[in-house]
Amino acid sequence: MEPNSPFTPEHELFRKTVRDFAEKDLLPHKEKWEQERGFPKEVFKKAGDLGILGVCFPEEVGGSAGDWWFKVVFCEEIIRCKMAGLAMDLMVQADISTPIISYLGTEEQKREFLIPALKGDKIAALGITEPGCGSDVANITTRAETQGDDYVISGAKTYITNGGRADFITLAVRTGGPGYQGISLVTFPTDTKGFAVGKKLEKLGNHSSDTALLFFENCRIPRRYVIGEENMGFVYIMKNFQGERLVAAVTSIAGSELTLGETVRYCQERKAFGKRIIDYQVWQHKFAELATQIEAGKRLNYHAVSLFQAGIECSKEVSMAKLFACDLAQRVAYDCLQAHGGAGYMEEYDLARFARDIRLMTIGGGSSEIMKEIIVKKMKWTR
Amino acid sequence: MKIAVLVKQVPDTETKIKTKADGSGIEADGVKYIVGPYDENAIEEAIKTKEKNAGSEVTVISLGPVRSVEAIRTALAMGCDKAIHIDDENSNPDAYVTAKALAKVIADKGFEIVFTGKQAIDQDNSQVTQQVAEFLGWPQVMLVEKLEIAGGKATATRRVSGGKEVYEVPLPAIFGCEKGLNTPRYASLPGIMKAKTKPVETLKLSAEKGDAQPKVVLSNFRLPPEKAPGRMIAGDAAAQVKELVRALREEAKVI
Repeated sequence: MEPNSPFTPEHELFRKTVRDFAEKDLLPHKEKWEQERGFPKEVFKKAGDLGILGVCFPEEVGGSAGDWWFKVVFCEEIIRCKMAGLAMDLMVQADISTPIISYLGTEEQKREFLIPALKGDKIAALGITEPGCGSDVANITTRAETQGDDYVISGAKTYITNGGRADFITLAVRTGGPGYQGISLVTFPTDTKGFAVGKKLEKLGNHSSDTALLFFENCRIPRRYVIGEENMGFVYIMKNFQGERLVAAVTSIAGSELTLGETVRYCQERKAFGKRIIDYQVWQHKFAELATQIEAGKRLNYHAVSLFQAGIECSKEVSMAKLFACDLAQRVAYDCLQAHGGAGYMEEYDLARFARDIRLMTIGGGSSEIMKEIIVKKMKWTR
Repeated sequence: MKIAVLVKQVPDTETKIKTKADGSGIEADGVKYIVGPYDENAIEEAIKTKEKNAGSEVTVISLGPVRSVEAIRTALAMGCDKAIHIDDENSNPDAYVTAKALAKVIADKGFEIVFTGKQAIDQDNSQVTQQVAEFLGWPQVMLVEKLEIAGGKATATRRVSGGKEVYEVPLPAIFGCEKGLNTPRYASLPGIMKAKTKPVETLKLSAEKGDAQPKVVLSNFRLPPEKAPGRMIAGDAAAQVKELVRALREEAKVI
């Protein structure tokens, strides 16, 4: 083990658990689940039983109170199932829809939503993006009218991961005036009258993931389902993004590393014009370059994780990590596919799937452009 | 029920083994160690037996160098309750000395049922389980693929060439577990966290083996010769067959 490694023997044991789960329980189903555009609900349950969904959550809500390095281990190994869609659905459950309930939720919200989600008994989604706005969170229009002790919610949400079969949604709604100060987060049970799943959306990649368009028509939920304080939703959403972005950064680097390794192996076997592809200096240099950038990206990720773990404000470092890792992964996908030649374009190799799945990473959880905006602000230039 | 499971830490099957230059052993550098794969089945069966018999407890026992504690931690994370590490003080004992020490510890602690993997995949001796049974005067069943325990008796099914044998044995007894017996569980994260605080007792091999002396001394380690690459025989089918027969007779001298 390298000096000052953040990983203890417990982290390595967990690494084996996640790797076995990904490679033995999930990977064999990749063709089927990708073609069927989904995977069985039992995967959530199995993940819950293994403690995979509750890694960093407190023990009172069924978590393991692990540090963030356990989460890093999870991201680095789950990608071995070779279905970014499935991995994303698990992350939406464990890292994107639920942490905010753990920080700010009431005992009732924890009991009704959080605890069953971490067990894998209930499926969670995060509902922010709308047909009319994505990155521009401050302008959402899904409205929650106050009527006595209830909210009555009307509007639509789209590109919602886990949306087609979520049992509840951590939902962003407008409870106040225009702009970011009028937004609240609520826990929304999907058996509420007036809620409908529009359709499952077809996507470029992440085929095993469930992504849906959702409609809300006069959906009545109790006001006590607001998370934290009313009209503070925008701030909570922005805070929540930090973990999600780190997960995206770590996952992108891990996927890049795995793909580069597999490509190098392929090029050691494949011959053209009388010698192996790997014997061409042009590819040797290309792979050396990618390996260097992957290592640099990993170190930036680990730096951001240490700051985040220590509770230090690090939105600049997290944004840099996500920007660098997710952009780099695009280059890795392009170059590794190129090194495979025609085989890389064929569905029977993992590369084709990786190349289309990874494309989401510079868009989801805050696009590369938004990352740059955050970095610029944090650099305190006068604009 | 007091249950014990014997595990050995072995090199990962994916590790490329190198021998030391003087042939005295294998190069420890760069070797990744794992719990013996059949031992994982033994751990699973021990935990399942505990779950079916309320008030039971599983102790994992490993004899080996200090690094064996990693294998012990894995077993504790899977669900064993406590552990005994018998430090071999880097003596690399043979199966006889190992079995003598294990039998003594099992008798001292009063275990009622013991599980092992059918063999460790490092030296593939498949000796320790049977010898432990002999020294304890217990029944043993090897290559167990199915096991039922009820009323102080165990019914064990084992694979033999061309069929199966079913044994009924009184407890205490020791069982050498085969792959098909069960599917070993993964260590859950809560299990991994709990394992940190589970007790590990350390004993010394020199104190537990009594006056046992090794019957086998390993004198030299060598890798098997490397396989020569295959040769393609050209020509039409008739010419190929002729050349193949000639090569088998004159070069390989097998016919």
